[in-house]
Amino acid sequence: MQFIVRRIVFYLVAAWAALTVNFFIPRFMPGNPAEVLFQKFPSLQPGALKSLEAEFGIGHAGSLLHQYLTYLDNIFHGNLGLSVIEYPAHVSTIIGETLPWTLTLVGTATVISFTLGTGLGILAAWRRGGWFDRILPALSFLQGVPYFFLALLLVDALAVHLHWFPIQQGYSEGLVPGWHWPFIQSALYHSVLPAFTIVLTSMAGWMLQMRNVMITTIGEDYVLAAQAKGLSSRRVVMTYAARNAILPNLSGFALSLGFVISGALIMEIVFSYPGIGLTLYNAVTSDDYPLMQGIFLIIALAVLIANFIADAVYVIADPRARARDDH
Amino acid sequence: MAVAVGVVEPTPAVRAKRRRGTAWRQMSIKAKVGAVILLLFVLAAIIGPYVAPYNPSTENIVTGAAAPSVAHLLGTTTFGQDVLSQLLVGIRATLILSLAVGLIATTLSVVVGISAGFLGGWGDEGLSLLSNVFLVLPALPLLVVLLGYVPQRGDLTTIIVLGVLGWPWGARVIRAQTLSLRNRDFVSAARETGDSSWRIIFFEILPNEVSLIAASFVSTVIYAIGTSVALAFLGLADENSWTLGTMLYWAQSQSALQANAWWWFIPPGLAVAFLAAGLVLLNFGIDELGNPRLRDAAGGSRIDGRRWRPADPTPVLHLAAPGRSSSGGFLRSFSRRSVTEQTGQPR
Repeated sequence: MQFIVRRIVFYLVAAWAALTVNFFIPRFMPGNPAEVLFQKFPSLQPGALKSLEAEFGIGHAGSLLHQYLTYLDNIFHGNLGLSVIEYPAHVSTIIGETLPWTLTLVGTATVISFTLGTGLGILAAWRRGGWFDRILPALSFLQGVPYFFLALLLVDALAVHLHWFPIQQGYSEGLVPGWHWPFIQSALYHSVLPAFTIVLTSMAGWMLQMRNVMITTIGEDYVLAAQAKGLSSRRVVMTYAARNAILPNLSGFALSLGFVISGALIMEIVFSYPGIGLTLYNAVTSDDYPLMQGIFLIIALAVLIANFIADAVYVIADPRARARDDH
Repeated sequence: MAVAVGVVEPTPAVRAKRRRGTAWRQMSIKAKVGAVILLLFVLAAIIGPYVAPYNPSTENIVTGAAAPSVAHLLGTTTFGQDVLSQLLVGIRATLILSLAVGLIATTLSVVVGISAGFLGGWGDEGLSLLSNVFLVLPALPLLVVLLGYVPQRGDLTTIIVLGVLGWPWGARVIRAQTLSLRNRDFVSAARETGDSSWRIIFFEILPNEVSLIAASFVSTVIYAIGTSVALAFLGLADENSWTLGTMLYWAQSQSALQANAWWWFIPPGLAVAFLAAGLVLLNFGIDELGNPRLRDAAGGSRIDGRRWRPADPTPVLHLAAPGRSSSGGFLRSFSRRSVTEQTGQPR
């Protein structure tokens, strides 16, 4: 229990840090975002101006502390302000429309990549020195390739030249998003190539880490003892070695979620996928500060929640984490 | 006279050379490949701008995007700029940028990691919390948002922002190592003899973390290469300075692939891939120095034509061809199968 309480406290602190960073970025960066906006959109509606004033502390809004408290109050009421480019749409509405796309695609691709990579890592470690283990170093090349570079090459080969997959977008034009078969089919078809590129580039990392931990675990005495008892190889590998070797990989999984989200951001830009990453990119390139801030906040909180889930899985998988305070 | 030559003590230089020779021989093949790749890139970065055949920015509207030829070994961009020259100049810029980021971030992680591990108590709690929070916050979106606010995006901005955000992972690892070193006997001994904390940190703890710090530096450089290239590709860097990232940015924004101008898009991407892969391989080598179980060649012994490593799963001795040599037969008599064979089929 103590472990879980500690983690909850940590995530609360992290969430507060994300909120605070988000508050201070526009106030401490060089340049005045509000002025940039006034220059860029001379015909800015008075409503947008007002929300900008409140958000960036331009004009009367009072002391920094007062602004900070107002900001926290707004966030707790789900009020992230109004988008500038899509005025008068609420930032929270835009996020609500785009977030499910990212969560579904990136979530699925990450789970596939983690499962596949871990499995292959177990295989490589068990058949150490076999052909599969020998080609592993070549995977470091795959790790080194910039994601967007590989993705664009695959798009060029598989979508542009072979026409196997659509080139971009989340669904075919002309379809109305909703729970009907043509749309779901189109969305699934459009997600195959983006998911494949994510799996391809992120799998190698899981694999190498799992292999290295697994090799250390296989050298442990209890694995030798299990073999000496005459248990089947399969049982020794899965329930003795892999069961323990996967723990560092699980906590690594939690910590690398931030990187996964970062990869997803670029994926959406490459594929013009209608998720939150593309929206963030559009917000940055068109100086839509409220939207930018809102999205950063949501991404940060999403990563924290995902981390918390990974921690919960860790507690289930590692009895030591549960037992740490029982004695 | 000639006899004396035989007993002459090797000069220090010769001895150093020999030591270096053995160090090179001890490195695994992966690390060697990585080191060679890295060396080639460093060489390209040093002499690149001097041997570049053209000015990378000089435009030539007449040629346009031309395929590789004798005059332009890697072809030209749609603006008629020489791709090879851009690549040579870009490698230097990218390498300097990532090394600078690596230096800033590693310094920060060493400072934070050692202070946290050495201080213990509340100082440790606070610093660990700080690095964990930074680790959990998604870096790229934060970078994108930060750079979105900066009016003038240049290489220096990228270096500072990447360096300031790149330290938490290394700090975590170094803290853990410092914690375990702090309680070793030699540190206690130093403390007993009255050494100051600074002396203990610099002479007892730091030297024992060199390989860890090196690995963390290499990882940070890999992170810097990947992230800076991605940011440049997104148009969040100074488009007018030539780096591998801005080359890719221009190639993509001018639809190089759609126009089949592969010679413009492929070389910078491959350069990034090889550079990062070289560093990853080098890091394998550093990891293997610290964890002998990961080594494949070193420490193995050859029995019956097969190399056995200290960390092999279990001595699977029946694999060593039975009866082919005396040692094989001898070892086999201890293996599980030989026992079952003997009990199963009494001879």
